[in-house]
Order: sequence, then C-alpha cells, then structure tokens
Amino acid sequence: MAWYDFFTTVPEMEREGLRDLKKGIDSSFRDFSREFGESIEGFFDPVLYFLVWLEKLFLAAPWPVVILVVVALAWLGSRSIWIVVGTILSFIAIAYLGMWEDTMSTLAIISVATTLCIAVGIPLGILMARSDRLQAMITPVLDIMQTIPAFVYLIPVVMLLGIGKVPGLISVCIYAIPPIVRLTNLGIRLVEKEALEAADAFGASYSQKLFKVQIPLALPNIFAGVNQTIMMALSMVVIAALIGVAGLGVPVLRSVQNQYLALGLMNGLAIVALAIIFDRVTQSYGARLQKHRHGENHG
Amino acid sequence: MADLKIQIKNLYKIFGPNPKSVLKHVQDGMSKAELLEKHGHVLGLKDINIDIPAKGISVIMGLSGSGKSTLIRHINRLIEPTAGQMIVDGEDVLSMGKGKLREFRRNKASMVFQKFGLHVHRTVAENAAYGLVVKGVKLEEAKKQSQKWVERVGLAGFENHYPAQLSGGMQQRVGLARALATDAEILLMDEAFSALDPLIRTDMQDVLLGLQEELHKTIVFITHDLDEALRIGDSIAILRDGAVIQQGDPQDIIMNPADDYIVDFIQDINRGRVVRLRTLMNQGVSVEGPALDHDMNLEDALQAVANSPSRAANVVDGSGASVGSITLDQVIAGLSRPEVVTNPEARYR
Repeated sequence: MAWYDFFTTVPEMEREGLRDLKKGIDSSFRDFSREFGESIEGFFDPVLYFLVWLEKLFLAAPWPVVILVVVALAWLGSRSIWIVVGTILSFIAIAYLGMWEDTMSTLAIISVATTLCIAVGIPLGILMARSDRLQAMITPVLDIMQTIPAFVYLIPVVMLLGIGKVPGLISVCIYAIPPIVRLTNLGIRLVEKEALEAADAFGASYSQKLFKVQIPLALPNIFAGVNQTIMMALSMVVIAALIGVAGLGVPVLRSVQNQYLALGLMNGLAIVALAIIFDRVTQSYGARLQKHRHGENHG
Repeated sequence: MADLKIQIKNLYKIFGPNPKSVLKHVQDGMSKAELLEKHGHVLGLKDINIDIPAKGISVIMGLSGSGKSTLIRHINRLIEPTAGQMIVDGEDVLSMGKGKLREFRRNKASMVFQKFGLHVHRTVAENAAYGLVVKGVKLEEAKKQSQKWVERVGLAGFENHYPAQLSGGMQQRVGLARALATDAEILLMDEAFSALDPLIRTDMQDVLLGLQEELHKTIVFITHDLDEALRIGDSIAILRDGAVIQQGDPQDIIMNPADDYIVDFIQDINRGRVVRLRTLMNQGVSVEGPALDHDMNLEDALQAVANSPSRAANVVDGSGASVGSITLDQVIAGLSRPEVVTNPEARYR
C-alpha cells in the first residue's frame, strides 16, 4: 500500500453493506405502504371525488358555455380586451385541433391542485411569518421540494398510492406549493412596521391585525405566489401524465415515444396557451390589487 | 392643570438578552457606555420620573438616541419596560392584563406616528374610522362618526382618496383625525410633525393648537426640535442618554438652563419669539405707559415699549389686572444671547 492510496481511492461503503442498506429502506417503505397505503388513499378520497366531478363537469358542459365562463373570468381578472380576444382564439384553436377533452382534464387538475396549494400554502405561510423558528424549519423543506427531481418523489408516491389521479395531484402539489408559502411568508413579513404598530396602538386584537392589516397589505405578494403556483402546476402536467393523469401531458408523452412531431408540438403549445392566459389574467389582477399604492386613477 | 393624568415613576428600559440581570448595575449608577462595554446591554431609559398634568401639552424632547420614542411607547405599552410604573388615572398601565391593555388603548390613549402609520389599502375615511372599527363599531357608522374629524383637520372632499395620493402634511392630518376619532383623553404624538416640511410643520402646529383650545386633551408630544417644543409645550422635559436632565416650564428652562447641554441647545433659538413678558417683568411695580399682556413675547412688545414715553410698560394678566411692569432695557437684555461656555468634548455632538 503506497502512502498516497488515501488520495486516490474514494472511501466507499462495502458493496454488501450498501446493498443491505438500500434493501432495508425499500422493504421498510414497502411494509409501510402495505400497512397504511389504503388508509392514506382513503384520506384523499374526497379530493379524488371532487377532481373527477370537476373533470366530468368540464367535459359535459357545452363548449360555448365553457368558453364563455373562461372568458368571463379572464375579463373579471384582467379587464383587458386583448386578453379576452386571445383567450377566445386560443380556445377555439384548441377545440378545432382536437385537443378539447385533454385541455378540460388539464384545467380540472390545475384548478384542484391550485385550490389545494392555496388552502394549505397560505395558512402555512402565515404561520411561518409568525415564528422565525418555524421559518428556519420550513425553508429547507421548500428548497428540497423545489429542487429535487420530480421523478425521485414519484417513486414513493407511486409505491404508496399506485398510479392515478391522486398521486398525480400530490406530485403536482409538491412541486407547485413552495412559491405560495414563500411569498405569503415574505408578504406578511414585509408589511410596514408602522402600519402594524398603529394597529397595536389602537388596540387591535391578533385576528384584527392579521385579517384587516397584515393579509390585505401582503395581498400583492400573496397573489404573485398564486400566479407562480399556477405556472408551476402547469409545468408538471407532462410528468403527471407519466403516472396516469389524463390531460394534455398524455399526447405529449405519446409523441415522445413515437416521434410524432406535430402532435407533440400542438399539445405543447396548448399548454403554453393556457399558461399565458393564466399568467396574464392573474398578473393584471394582482397589479390592480396594488393600484392604491401608487395614487393614480382614484377618487 | 393641577390634576395629574400620567405619572411616570422610576421607569427603566434596558435592551439586551437579559435586561433584568443588569438592572441592579444601572440602578447603582452604571453609565450607558460602561453597561454596553461590560455587560453587552443597551441602556434605553434610566430612572424616568415625569408627572404629566391633565389637559395640557407636555413635550418630551431630545436628540435622536435619547430614548424619547422609547419613552412614549411605554405610555401605551407598545414597549415593555424593564422596571418602573406608568400610572394613568391612578392605574398602572404596566401591570394591566392583555384584555385590559387593549381596552386602554382603544378608549383612553390614541397615538400619532412620525411616519404616519396609515393603512395604505384604506381610504382616508376608512383610516380615520380605524380606531372606532377596532372597538367594534360597524364601518359605515364609524365613518359617519369620524367624518367630523376628517373635516376638522381640513380633509373634507378627500374622504375617498388613498393615502398614497396625499402629500405628507395631508397624510399626517389623516393620522391626527384617526387619533381624535376615538375620543381618547390622551393623545400621544411621536415626532408627529418631524417628517414634514418646515412650513407644513408650522401649519400642523397651528392645527394642533387650535384643536387643543377646544378639546383640552392630555397631549404628550415628542420632538427633537426645540422651536417646536417651545411653541406648543405647556411644559417640557429634556431627555439625554435615556435620562431626564431638566423638566418644567419652557420659560424657566430658557432662563435657567440646568447644564451645558441645555445651554448649547437653547443658544440658537429666537428669544424674541419665545421669552414672554411675565418671565422678565418686575412684579407688582407699576409705571406710566401702555398695558401689555403677560403672555406677549419680547419681539411683539419691543415696539410698544420703545414708543412709550417712559420707556416702560405695564404688564397685565389675562383678566386685565396689572401684575407688574417692564422697561426697555429689560426687553433688550432679554433678547440678547447669554454667554455660553461651549464644551467641545460634549458627547452628543
């Protein structure tokens, strides 16, 4: 053994030990999922029913009604005629090119995923803003959720819940929830100190401060979080298709396997169209929320 | 003026990881610098004792870092003290429970902030109504009740504007209306006019003095500006390094400054506008000449005294009764700046 062996050989666990370690982890997780898989699945049943119901609703509704509702929402959010026109044209193109049903499925899962992320993410962000310790604990978890390759957490999710809508929804949420949590936390922490002190000085209770001062003042940031969450959820559509979520991701996946260029491109562009519509509508709504900060067009 | 509204007794505030542990050192007379060096704690307030009479404007003044904003935040307990008492109407604010403190803040003491502390997502009318809404009054009713204060501070017509659309002076009027709307007897004003331009500041001082003439609130006013303090204060307490170094009648502080620090402070003021006849007059002596009010300042009195054939004037009180007299020489002497021993080593520079 030469003296420099230490520098040239990487210190490595023995092959057998390593194999046993991996096996141990695998089998204990498998045991865990055998034991609890069903009850965890049961826990998510209400979400599943809601998702299925929403998807059926979107599919069963006459197409002009769907477009009308989407356009109405786009108008309420953005108050921009250009966004409305763009929305109508995109949806007609989507329908004409035979992607209507997949688009409805995608809309359904995005709606449910976003609702879920907001319902969990905003309260979590508020708690984080209250406690520095909690912030220090949650921030690294969010970092992991955003950076770990999606395929890696697909494995345990599929082991636990199998293939289908619920595991797809959970994967989407894991990826999409960090921005709403972060920006809620940030928004509340950035609320001007004097505005809060004034609330204190006039004897506001904790909930009066939270709901009447902190959340309204943090709303533009919270809304930026909602926007980011929707965008990230959309970008997970193809990966979710891998584990059996219906929608625009399925034909994309099929075209990757079979080298269908046109099919892949069209469905990909449909996802882009949805993303642009969601983004512009939520952004201009968010901008209108903070109009009062700049002192224009009022009174 | 006689009854006390607020009594601050032996109040200490020390900032740091464990203030109680070093309180003893401070009480034994350790200085701010020594405390920081030896124990790593910052002395905020040191043995403050101030009596604040009802229905008057009490000014607490000091330069930045003197602890004045810390002190005013103890009155409604936005900052917790390390030791001491804050007795308002016979009750110690510092020993109140959470609910009681909230009631105190809602009903008894309202506050105006240096940077206004307005809620930018609310309109002027909603901001003014805020204190009432916190008390549980419905928004529409609260707006109705606070409307007269919005008008009183000169913001009629701006009810539906947002704070960002208003100038600094107008924003602070909103702050004032908000504080007045709760009908609290005590008004805490933390450098309320310091962020404003000089002209606007004088304007706001007039607004405050005009309001005080009818409302007779107990006002605690923090400022770093001596001219402001002298203009509006019925009494002044001067703070330095967290301790009170002189307090009393403004006239008394000008005529008998307690130490070099205060001498330095008052040397640049316009004495003609600040010193009043009652401070300089010969008590009881009456002369041939015009009758001047005892609260008249030297600048206003100068011409009248100089024109008097006897080069002197009588001084009368508010009811018109003669209380003394003053000569031209006295007026001129009063205008001149006293000798100042400047102290180049002074720490506050």
